[in-house]
Amino acid sequence: MSDSALVVEQNYEQLKNLALQKHGEIKEKPYVLVGTATCGRAAGALGVLDTFRNEIDNRQLDVNIIEVGCMGHCYAEPMVIIYKPGFPPLCYGSVDEGKAARLVTDFLIEDDPCFEFAMAALEPNDLFPTFGDYPRGVYEQKVILADCGLIDPENIDDYLACGGYGALAKALAMKPEEVIAEIKDAQLRGRGGAGFPTGIKWETCHDTPGPLKYVICNADEGDPGAFMDRALLESNPHQVLEGLVISACAVGASQGYLYVRAEYPLAITRLHTALEQARAKGLLGESILGSSFSFDIEIFKGSGAFVCGEETALIASIEGHAGIPTHRPPFPAVSGLRGKPTLIDNVKTLSYIPHIVQKGADWFKSIGTPNSPGTAVFALAGKVVGTGLVEVPMGTTLRTLIYDVGDGIKDGKTFKAVQIGGPSGGCLPESALDISIDFDSLREAGAMMGSGGIVVLNEDDCMVEVARFFLEFVQNESCGKCTFCRLGTKQMLDILTDITKGHGRPGDIELLLDLAEDIKTGSLCGLGKTAPNPVLTTINFFRHEYEAHINEGRCPALMCKDLITFHISAEKCSKLCDACVGSCPVEAVYTRPDMLKAIHLDKCVKCDNCLTTCRTLYDAVIKKSPPAAEEGVS
Amino acid sequence: MSRKVTITIDDRQLTVPEGEKLLWAALDNGLYIPHLCGFRESERPAAGCRLCFVEVEGHPNPVTACTEPAVEGMVVMTRSPRVDRLVRTAFELIISNHRLDCANCAKNGDCELQRIAKARKLKLKLTRLRQLVKETPVDDSPQSFSYDASRCVLCGRCVWVDHNKAKVGAIGFIRRGISRKVSTFGEVCLTDSRCTQCGECVKVCPVGALTFKEAADK
Ligand SMILES: Cc1cc2nc3c(=O)[nH]c(=O)nc-3n(C[C@H](O)[C@H](O)[C@H](O)COP(=O)(O)O)c2cc1C
Repeated sequence: MSDSALVVEQNYEQLKNLALQKHGEIKEKPYVLVGTATCGRAAGALGVLDTFRNEIDNRQLDVNIIEVGCMGHCYAEPMVIIYKPGFPPLCYGSVDEGKAARLVTDFLIEDDPCFEFAMAALEPNDLFPTFGDYPRGVYEQKVILADCGLIDPENIDDYLACGGYGALAKALAMKPEEVIAEIKDAQLRGRGGAGFPTGIKWETCHDTPGPLKYVICNADEGDPGAFMDRALLESNPHQVLEGLVISACAVGASQGYLYVRAEYPLAITRLHTALEQARAKGLLGESILGSSFSFDIEIFKGSGAFVCGEETALIASIEGHAGIPTHRPPFPAVSGLRGKPTLIDNVKTLSYIPHIVQKGADWFKSIGTPNSPGTAVFALAGKVVGTGLVEVPMGTTLRTLIYDVGDGIKDGKTFKAVQIGGPSGGCLPESALDISIDFDSLREAGAMMGSGGIVVLNEDDCMVEVARFFLEFVQNESCGKCTFCRLGTKQMLDILTDITKGHGRPGDIELLLDLAEDIKTGSLCGLGKTAPNPVLTTINFFRHEYEAHINEGRCPALMCKDLITFHISAEKCSKLCDACVGSCPVEAVYTRPDMLKAIHLDKCVKCDNCLTTCRTLYDAVIKKSPPAAEEGVS
Repeated sequence: MSRKVTITIDDRQLTVPEGEKLLWAALDNGLYIPHLCGFRESERPAAGCRLCFVEVEGHPNPVTACTEPAVEGMVVMTRSPRVDRLVRTAFELIISNHRLDCANCAKNGDCELQRIAKARKLKLKLTRLRQLVKETPVDDSPQSFSYDASRCVLCGRCVWVDHNKAKVGAIGFIRRGISRKVSTFGEVCLTDSRCTQCGECVKVCPVGALTFKEAADK
């Protein structure tokens, strides 16, 4: 081993031992982890945190309280984990202030672990099941989410104690070419959407000569409903930082940027803390860990436009220009920020890097499929029971993801489609559920991996409206520079809007298909190139719904307001109940002389209130499509 | 750029500077390729109008000629069913948001849209698509020219000369998506802006958005 490699190793070991020592001290007494990432906060985690603090203070207990990130179980936020010597670490879900107070008195003071609130234990034991005993735990395989929600994102020692920055120490002792070879061999593909081989991009940037190079972490995450990157930044910021430093060391960059959207204030705060702590430990800045490599990172707050996540627009935005994409080539790896070779990688992509450097390419390839090794991280949302952040091996089927990991469809409804890949992903039907989740299979099916948004749709979702909704999003987010995206998506949106309002015309479907194809091939950037996907897939798999709208003025899912009317079934309605009358905001529901209820269609605003109110009582309110006449009115 | 390469465009062998963009190589040799935003002096092609598609042998899809550098031995075709289809759709999209009314346009007879329509046998009339034009007031404030935003095709040539040739900085692109337009800062009329009325922008407008007043009187 060379002298400098020895210095790096010694410095790293010193940091790690110090961290382990502190970590050991914490573990000697009970401690409580409260998940206070954005998702936990939205569910009331800060109130729970206060309760723990007050109760523990008031009773003068010697218990540490630590704020952590997100464990991914959105449906069960706020989540709390309690470590008490003598018990397995236990995780509690849907904790409120009352439960928090009970956990202090019953568990921390007494020895009753309140199993009635517990979700799972974190370690195998004789008392309580672990996450691995549930289907979700069986199918999940956590790599980059493994420590999220378990380690303190604001304490670098927690990360160091788990072996963090060990990959950086290892990479510093390697030649840049060796690091790149490992990433190439691992066949890691970019998780920002396109799935481009990361190692090849690194090699291009490395091989482009130049005294000044940049690396950028793309944390613009603009997909509606997607929050994987936010969770990673809030829960384990050092994992991303370590990946970014390794990438800089591999390509020879001296300056890095974290491009984070301004709507992520907590992520930005935690990143600032992480950067400061890393600098203080010599893991960033001049001669990192005593090596000859110097590198620092700056946070850049993104303006929030979706298209700024596109790499050339992102670069323009950092340069102070409007976030508008430019033609590639040149690719950023050759000529990027300020004309210098620039490596841009997504948050998730970078998070894998320390794991690959530590455990090797073969380990990484042992997970997933040959063409898409590793895991996939998804934000599971929509009409599925177990919403949240999940990490499964590539190659898992959509069916497993939805029915086993996500625990099936909510409220006993029937599955209709899954929208995968973000706003410009595709909608796949039941018949596609056995498709393997990987970059190539999804693209073949007309959808895409995207950055990992998954929305599950059920029988109540109209597929024309779904397509219209997503197209409206991309149309609003179009920068307007190129003809196909600016005007083509607008033309498509107008046609779809007409169809959902009952003004569809024969030939509309063909025109949509023609425009979609041209927009895909003709657009300048990825936004336009993928914008038609929701329309193409819904026409491909649910053409009959389009036809019903256009030819019969009928919305089969009874969702499009202009194509439905509300009625009350006289057979089901009860003379003794008038809940629906009270629920109506516009006095459209009235009591007939025979005491049954009915709806004045001319007054009805189709708000769904009466239907929702009656559903659990008599289920007498029904929707009809195409619109029907009011009973008794001719 | 001194090295020359030989390329073939539509079966014609041409000797052109290496790296020259195909659009200029073709135009310089009398081969017309539709284009609006392509602007020779501009260092980085905007590639926004999406009209200059050509087929290049070995490329899976048509490429924009304004961005594609000439490489030795390259074989290019300015027409193919795929190219024609893309150009037709792009053209129709552009005129769906361009106030046509050619008879009352100062550029009638000297308009790049008319030229494209003629070269590619396209109708200057909407058949498939919807009319998206919004009526906007014409800015008549300058002495010698006027600006009709409803005829603007967003090619950006005026913005480029304003910034790089006249070096005034009176106009620029504002807003996003379908609302994108060329405007003065704060959307004031041209005479209330930094505009010096040098007229450079008018000279490069390919359509009837920026027109000299005497031309209109003719
Ligand atoms: C409209 C649009 C939006 C994008 N948004 C993001 C984003 O939010 N985050 C991201 O990492 N990549 C985004 N990308 C992809 C980036 O251009 C780029 O491919 C990616 O950052 C490369 O990183 P990777 O190789 O790790 O995936 C977007 C692309 C397009 C076309």
